[in-house]
Amino acid sequence: MNDTAALSVANLRPDLAAIAEWIQPGKKVLDLGCGDGSLLRYLHETKDVFGYGVEINDQNLLNCFYNGINVIQNDLESGLSSFESGSFDYVILSQTLQAMRHTEDIIKEMLRVGKQGIVSFPNFGYWRNRLQVILGQMPMSKALPYHWYDTPNIHLCTLNDFEDLCRRCDARILERRVTSNYRPVHFLPNLMGVLAFYRFERAK
Amino acid sequence: MRQTSSHHLMQDTKSVGVVTPQYVHIDSPLQLKSGATLDRYHLVYETYGQLNAAKSNAILICHALSGNHHIAGVYADKEKSQGWWDNMVGPGKPVDTDRFFVIGVNNLGGCHGSTGPTSIDSTTGKPYGASFPVVTVEDWVEAQEKLSQHLGIEQFAAIMGGSLGGMQAMQWTLDYPEKVRHALVIAAAANLTAQNIAFNDVARQAILTDQEFYGGNYYAFETLPRRGLRLARMLGHITYLSDDSMAAKFGRSLKRNELSFGYDVEFEIESYLRYQGDKFADLFDANSYLLMTKALDYFNPAYAYNGDLSAAFRGVKANFLVMSFTSDWRFSPERSREIVKALLDNNLNVSYAEIDSNQGHDSFLMENRYYHELVRAYLNNITI
Repeated sequence: MNDTAALSVANLRPDLAAIAEWIQPGKKVLDLGCGDGSLLRYLHETKDVFGYGVEINDQNLLNCFYNGINVIQNDLESGLSSFESGSFDYVILSQTLQAMRHTEDIIKEMLRVGKQGIVSFPNFGYWRNRLQVILGQMPMSKALPYHWYDTPNIHLCTLNDFEDLCRRCDARILERRVTSNYRPVHFLPNLMGVLAFYRFERAK
Repeated sequence: MRQTSSHHLMQDTKSVGVVTPQYVHIDSPLQLKSGATLDRYHLVYETYGQLNAAKSNAILICHALSGNHHIAGVYADKEKSQGWWDNMVGPGKPVDTDRFFVIGVNNLGGCHGSTGPTSIDSTTGKPYGASFPVVTVEDWVEAQEKLSQHLGIEQFAAIMGGSLGGMQAMQWTLDYPEKVRHALVIAAAANLTAQNIAFNDVARQAILTDQEFYGGNYYAFETLPRRGLRLARMLGHITYLSDDSMAAKFGRSLKRNELSFGYDVEFEIESYLRYQGDKFADLFDANSYLLMTKALDYFNPAYAYNGDLSAAFRGVKANFLVMSFTSDWRFSPERSREIVKALLDNNLNVSYAEIDSNQGHDSFLMENRYYHELVRAYLNNITI
């Protein structure tokens, strides 16, 4: 492992910490679009989780090496053919779904490869986003930090939209968490929530 | 180019300096995969850095088709004698000899000092020539393992290599799972494609049909199949480059500014290839070249498992770094991904990087900041 201090939940990005809470110790995890690998490193160090990250970006890949995790350079758009069906306990896709071209395919691939899928995304239905559209502009915020012309986000959705997609893909939602400033939102989540987290499995 | 934090890149790198080859004589017979036996043999090798007290910091670097034991440093009183992977191996370099004890060894059948076709067969008193037995990657690993015993190394921190060298690294993890902690398999494949074997066979045919070849016993006739070896190298060299890199380096440039309407050298690429061919024909032994290409063709660890590479890797314990280069069409990224898939199927620790490069198969030998930084970062994580 690297000589830098072990990651604690306090310095793990809050949205990743929320996902980490869902992962049972000792399980096998596939983290799609794993960034610098800090979630996997945290899970490995604190929960004895074995896993792999998938990442396409060169700099992120190198950062994964610095974090000492297993990482496979691969384009998620081309599917998960390197991974056998049912070979992972959890397949994670954090804040990447909205930037993917083949949205439906990746959800189906997650259901094929993992016993459970975990997805997080910025809720386009958040009231401030809606307000900016009503006022005549594409929304920009901490969760959506791009201009309309330079955004990688091509498939933004609301909570309701994502739940429709889950039905379409035969995914059964096991748990949903909605947050605003990383605090839970229970009242009118599709309007008040900034980030959404879903844990789901294949419907039998 | 990519941006990487300067903290990791600002390293003081220098050469390992002047190096001297060493020899080990092995008197126990080596049973070869072909059924033949080598009663005794010797291996030439070089080492860089210091073996630590725990003997836990050894890295074996396996060479490719035309490589040898001289990986890094220079020979005293010999100009232009830099090792073939000097940009990778040295103090502060990605394979840091301040931390690791690095070993390079010339494989059996080679022509740089280890027992091979040019060596004297003690039973006849003449060079082996064509009678030198065909050796395989498995045989090489056996011989390398004997060297490791000689050096007192029970387990390698890592075994690494590019191309045919990567195949040896893989074979080690299969044959000696307890003796390899990490394998770095670069620009390699789990076996050769038909196209790849075809290239090798054309190269072999060039040598075998050279009138100076004399069935491999050209030493006795005091001649060399230079034309054949030269053609073999020219063909091989084309396949180690990419269309893009050749276009960038040579394009349609002419030696002189006008066409000569003849068959002499006109285009720069012709000049380059002929030069490379000539240089190689002076340095390399044709019988060794034949043997090395055969070892490539035969490598196929999945064969004994009905082609199931995942099954072949079932007993493997090593951690892996697999790397490929986007423009490498002789050992394409797809072939590296097959290896990765087999490792994933066995729940082994593996990382895979597909490196952007336009330099074809030769990329693994080139100085590429990002590629080297990945190797450095990977090796930094190895506890010794």
